[in-house]
Amino acid sequence: MTTTDGIGNAKPSQGRKTVRPSPVLTIGCLLLSLTAAGLVAVTVGAAGIPLHRVPAALGFWAVEQTDALLARDQLVLWSIRIPRILAAATVGGLLATSGAIMQGLFRNPLADPALVGVSSGGAFAAAGAIVLVDSSYGEAVRFMQNALLPLAAFLGSLATTLILYGIASRAGRTSIAIFLLAGLAIAAIANAGLGLLVFVADDRQLRDITFWLLGSLSGATWSKTATIAPVLAVGLIACLWIGRGLDVLVLGESEAFHSGINVERLKRVSIVLISAMTGVAVAVCGVVGFIGIVVPHLLRLVIGPGHRLLLPASALLGAILVVGADTLARTIVAPAEMPIGILTAAIGAPFFLAILLRQRGLTGL
Amino acid sequence: MTPIIETSSVTMRINGATLVDGIDLSVGRGEMVAIVGPNGAGKSTLLRLLSGDLQPTRGNVKLKQADLRSYASAQLATHRATLSQHVSVTFPFTVEEIVRMGAGDMSIAAAQPLVEAAMDEVAVGPLRHRQLPTLSGGEQQRAHFARVLVQLARGEAFHGPGLLLLDEPTSSLDLRHQIQMVEIAGRRARNGTAVIAILHDLNLAARFATRIIVIHRGVIVANGTPEKTITDDMIRKVFEVDVIVQYHGDGSPVVLPQAMRSIDPNSAARPVP
Repeated sequence: MTTTDGIGNAKPSQGRKTVRPSPVLTIGCLLLSLTAAGLVAVTVGAAGIPLHRVPAALGFWAVEQTDALLARDQLVLWSIRIPRILAAATVGGLLATSGAIMQGLFRNPLADPALVGVSSGGAFAAAGAIVLVDSSYGEAVRFMQNALLPLAAFLGSLATTLILYGIASRAGRTSIAIFLLAGLAIAAIANAGLGLLVFVADDRQLRDITFWLLGSLSGATWSKTATIAPVLAVGLIACLWIGRGLDVLVLGESEAFHSGINVERLKRVSIVLISAMTGVAVAVCGVVGFIGIVVPHLLRLVIGPGHRLLLPASALLGAILVVGADTLARTIVAPAEMPIGILTAAIGAPFFLAILLRQRGLTGL
Repeated sequence: MTPIIETSSVTMRINGATLVDGIDLSVGRGEMVAIVGPNGAGKSTLLRLLSGDLQPTRGNVKLKQADLRSYASAQLATHRATLSQHVSVTFPFTVEEIVRMGAGDMSIAAAQPLVEAAMDEVAVGPLRHRQLPTLSGGEQQRAHFARVLVQLARGEAFHGPGLLLLDEPTSSLDLRHQIQMVEIAGRRARNGTAVIAILHDLNLAARFATRIIVIHRGVIVANGTPEKTITDDMIRKVFEVDVIVQYHGDGSPVVLPQAMRSIDPNSAARPVP
């Protein structure tokens, strides 16, 4: 290393130089990968549709004879596969982005909406809804049974976040440490409640609860996708705005204030974003873990921790991973389907542990 | 001369304990003020009151004639910059990225000259692509100092001389970088910035500050030039140790702990090598 100035011959400690790829290259590669993942997901499944038949089925060019095969392709693509792929991409984007925001807010790469009970709160409320609807008290709400589960999950996540905020925030200031600890306690309470519901549930309810808890995108429809996509869009726009604030917050709350960040407002916006994004994702596909932790962590290794790039890149990589995992989930044991939550945990957890072991020495985690 | 920052009977009580007790203080353009005092005297609390990080229980703080509370945080950051004592960064930001954080919402291209100048001045240029969490404590401290210098330069470009607050800036630095840091701060003061630094090393304070404020149990017990404030009497009273205070060739006081008295007092009276 060379010295640069007239101060003298200060020798900096030896170490590795960090090179980051350009933002345009990063986003470009991720978009390309997402397109590729989407194409693969379109072609494989219980009813295989080879790539050369996809454009016709999508209506990209007119086909002279309307044979039975084409009609089947169109039905499968438009009413089952495409809405499901879009839902998977949106859910992946929501989970990864809310994880990245939460890690920035907590200045901790291990923070995750699932960790502080935001997902558990949603899951508890949804399981409660399943049991309630079946009981004699559920008569009044049975007519809206289909809407009840997502609504309950969303409200559960929101309530958890608000309770957490109420506990951790005092006199306009939010203590990150108390927030994290309270989150662990609330996750434990929600999980205990969930255990109780599993205990009192009958066999059919139990299957519903379990399947939902493990996470699945098999219930994805156009209308569900249309409900959650705007949340992701609004969330990503908000991310452009909070990106710099989250960067500076890494220095600590005092330093962020000294640097000119309105810390309280930043924290409030982040908390609302996290709960809304996690809530609607849980509503659509149950608890799918590890996306929120693994995606931002992987990206930080390559593109660095700057949130203005990390947040949109997380949305894209999260989408890629969940589209890929869902494709695997519906083909690996075809014609049956594996809950996607099992897959993400089975792949994500060991992967995360490996990263953790490699990083342990470097970051002092 | 109108002061950059002034306090009137500022008091801070937390849980019944009075940490800062009715302090009146005024620091003007171009002053380099060192705040000294024993551990727990209220130095850091006072600095946090001056930075707007804490709101006083009683009294008020005025920055450039306006109440500190009337500034929005973004606006305040263009008038005063603060280097805190312990800043830990968990994410692998590089030194250059950390320094650039001082530039606020300026574009990367617009900020680059300020970033380069600050990294040059603090001599962290060779570390620019290194990840901050992998560096030594002193190197991290210097990177943060460069970041604060960028913030100060950005604000002063718009509003003229501002306020630079340093909380024990030299705590994890070797001798050479301690001197480098206070010299940089002194250079800022000569350009008009009001600099207030908490320093533990009385000799460093005496050598580089234009004024020294001694704080003991939350009140100011001495306030004036180094020659007037750094006396063996003051040190005995405030720090409860015996020392000998000698005078350097240029008149600045040099503090020798009592244990060093075995050296011939006649030789110690001459400039310290």
